[in-house]
Amino acid sequence: MTLKQVIEALIFASPKPLLTKEIVAALRAAGHGTEDQSALDFAKAKEPDVAAALAELQTELSASGRAFQLVERVNGWTLVSDPACAPWVRQLYPEAKPTRLSGPQLETLAIIAYRQPVTRADIEAVRGVAVDGVMQILLDRGLVKIAGRAEVPGRPLLYSTTEYFLEHFGLRTTDELPNASELKRVVLPAAPKADEVNAAETPAEVAGEASETPVETEAPAVEQTRENEAEEPAAEPPTNQ
Amino acid sequence: MPQEYKVKLEVFEGPLDLLLYLIKKDEVDIYDISLERITAQYLEFMDAFKVLDLELAGEFVVMAANLIYLKSRALLPASVQPPDEEAEEEDPRWDLIRQLVEYKKFKDAAAQLSRREVEQSNLFARMADSPETAPERPLGDVSVFDLINAFNNVLKRLASKGEDLREIFEENYTVSDKIDFIMKMTASGVPLKFTELFASVASRTEIVVTFLALLELIRLKQLKAVQPETFGEIELRRA
Repeated sequence: MTLKQVIEALIFASPKPLLTKEIVAALRAAGHGTEDQSALDFAKAKEPDVAAALAELQTELSASGRAFQLVERVNGWTLVSDPACAPWVRQLYPEAKPTRLSGPQLETLAIIAYRQPVTRADIEAVRGVAVDGVMQILLDRGLVKIAGRAEVPGRPLLYSTTEYFLEHFGLRTTDELPNASELKRVVLPAAPKADEVNAAETPAEVAGEASETPVETEAPAVEQTRENEAEEPAAEPPTNQ
Repeated sequence: MPQEYKVKLEVFEGPLDLLLYLIKKDEVDIYDISLERITAQYLEFMDAFKVLDLELAGEFVVMAANLIYLKSRALLPASVQPPDEEAEEEDPRWDLIRQLVEYKKFKDAAAQLSRREVEQSNLFARMADSPETAPERPLGDVSVFDLINAFNNVLKRLASKGEDLREIFEENYTVSDKIDFIMKMTASGVPLKFTELFASVASRTEIVVTFLALLELIRLKQLKAVQPETFGEIELRRA
């Protein structure tokens, strides 16, 4: 019995994904009150040992031609079926419809993911349109959450993505987002400042997050590229929906 | 135009989405857009929304005004430019282009996220998470701009035929009737091409009412619209 086999068995039998530290804990627990030499040896395994074994297992499995793979998700290691078999496996889960977010939902989500924590006004400045309906959908689906309040006049709510967001897209961290290094840094059009910030967030959102995480002050953006709001000589007054 | 109920379509896209759509359709380089052309196309879309009596966010109107303003600045000789504009910004398009370029990066990232989402949905673990309710995709795969674009083309085709558009006879097209009509035309299961739907229309009003009926059916998930080729013919079939 090798360490690799024990880990394989653990992942196979587990009802949910297992974090490396959970595997270490299980190995340690099995070493108590036993005289079995393997159990005692494996109980001494540290996280790097387990991680190495997992990496080996992953490679072996993907080369083996079996119809399942070992993957690491944000909430742990798990076995998943070969995507090529999805049409069949899907039949076992009739209630789970393949979910796909719409364009505006994805774009709003992307802005939040790369720039979190971010206010609604800042999101709207990038998208060029109000995001109320979309935000409600993203909140309802647990993909974004309220992450505190910005330390600017009006103290608007800040939004960030959730762990479920990472799971949903198969990411381990936001650094795995496409083009992360560029998009996390790009300077964006900023929302109109101060008195134009809408402080009237609905009670439903405030109830969404009980604890407030320490808030980073957003550095006021240097560029104000949305000049179109203020200066139109011949513009019709904007009609609000 | 007689309508016994109002077609409610929520458009979550914004003016930047429309501009990027027009740029993509025209296959021009973002850095090379012609203000004249894009303003004309943009306003054409705004007109279509107005004709259909669909609500658009106020931001669309603000952007329309901005485009017209930028166009006028581009036409004025340098000596007559408004005095308080920054002198370094030679090209009045620049701010808008910059905003579009940045937004496009997020759109591209969003497209990649969409692909990831599909990939992930094909991976199953034991004891899958509780089934998620499918989120709102009000129009399914085809975007509202694609539909409006197709609608505009039908309108133009009718206008170019030079037919007598004066409505001599009293018109009684209703959205309900057209809904029945469309359902009949799609009953066989064979995909119906968008243009076929309007093959025998006699007037602008009929086009508008038919299109509104189509939107309603898509929104109610009775019909699906797909566009096999980018900017190609749209096909309709029962959902």
